[in-house]
Amino acid sequence: MLEKLQELVNADTALVRRGRWLTADMMLEIGDVRHLVKIREGRIAEIAPLPLLAMPFDFAIRGTEEAWHEFWQPVPKPRHHDVMALIREGKMRIEGDLEKMMAHFLTLKMMLEKPRLAGRRDGA
Amino acid sequence: MTGMSGVIIEPVTGRYMHLEIHGQPHRLYWEEAGPTDGSGIPLVCLHTAGSDGRQFRALLNDGDITAKYRVIVFDMPWHGKSSPPAGWQDEEYKLTTEKYVELVCTVVKALKLDRPVAMGCSIGGRVVLELARAHADLFRAVIGLQSSAFVQHYFDITWLHRPNIHGGEMSAAYCYGLVGPEAPLEHRWETLWHYMQGGPGVFKGDLHFYSVDGDVSGTLPEIDTSACPVYLLTGEYDYSCTPEASQLTGLPDVSSG
Repeated sequence: MLEKLQELVNADTALVRRGRWLTADMMLEIGDVRHLVKIREGRIAEIAPLPLLAMPFDFAIRGTEEAWHEFWQPVPKPRHHDVMALIREGKMRIEGDLEKMMAHFLTLKMMLEKPRLAGRRDGA
Repeated sequence: MTGMSGVIIEPVTGRYMHLEIHGQPHRLYWEEAGPTDGSGIPLVCLHTAGSDGRQFRALLNDGDITAKYRVIVFDMPWHGKSSPPAGWQDEEYKLTTEKYVELVCTVVKALKLDRPVAMGCSIGGRVVLELARAHADLFRAVIGLQSSAFVQHYFDITWLHRPNIHGGEMSAAYCYGLVGPEAPLEHRWETLWHYMQGGPGVFKGDLHFYSVDGDVSGTLPEIDTSACPVYLLTGEYDYSCTPEASQLTGLPDVSSG
């Protein structure tokens, strides 16, 4: 799913406009695998594997493999449909510069959902 | 009702009342639809934290319901078109059980409603439990939507009110996941718009009731459900008030379905 994220976000002009004040390096952890998502003025400039002892990131979302798998289902099961829901379920956690993250949290949620919505016919 | 071609005027009226709540003058906005001649059962609807009465727009326009019920929806003070009381600028808004109960009872008495049904969602779903317990003389039944006895804070609610984070954006980010993934986009985004329009610190102040002051779990057994029946409807995607949280252990004579 992550491989589609960059293309899907950047193709959504309304979402890019919504995120135009967001420039940040976000670490996404899916199970044991870490990626650095470089967001520049609402566009994803690059998604690259993040080695250990890597450059610092602004904020991170860490989730189990199962959590992300369910999150990206076309219709996720209850309480697996949202980052905050999964945090409450104990299957995701966030860290880093949360002030920056919270300021853009709605945009970030919408970005992360893109692969799910692409799997649905109604695009909703 | 239709007038000019393509124009639809809803059978909903909106008015303001002036009344004292907690000893302070308030100008309160409410909307209603349905019979006002006493033939309909009054149904008082209580909106969620951080939003306003527009949440009940579909109910107010549902002819099957308004044929039998006088549907009354008011904006709580600080919400929607009900302004905060004078002097609000020096006050930190914090909803408490006592204030919330007094507010609802004051409105019911002000409108001279004859033992209405009270229906509320989330914080409203909480307060109806206290209305059923302490004011069964005033209410013939209560309906709790996303009703819980208590939900502890699971995130830092101060994010909802700080000058370097847009409160409307933050409120919508929080509520975004409380809407089920299959909700029609139009309704999802209208609902979020209402949260986005909340005043600074109001959502946070409502959650003081939800997660600090408004714990009714110890008093559920005191509800006399024969005097004031309790009906509960809970959706499964709301991670804040889960179906488990709506089990309401201790409430007499609960049947689920």
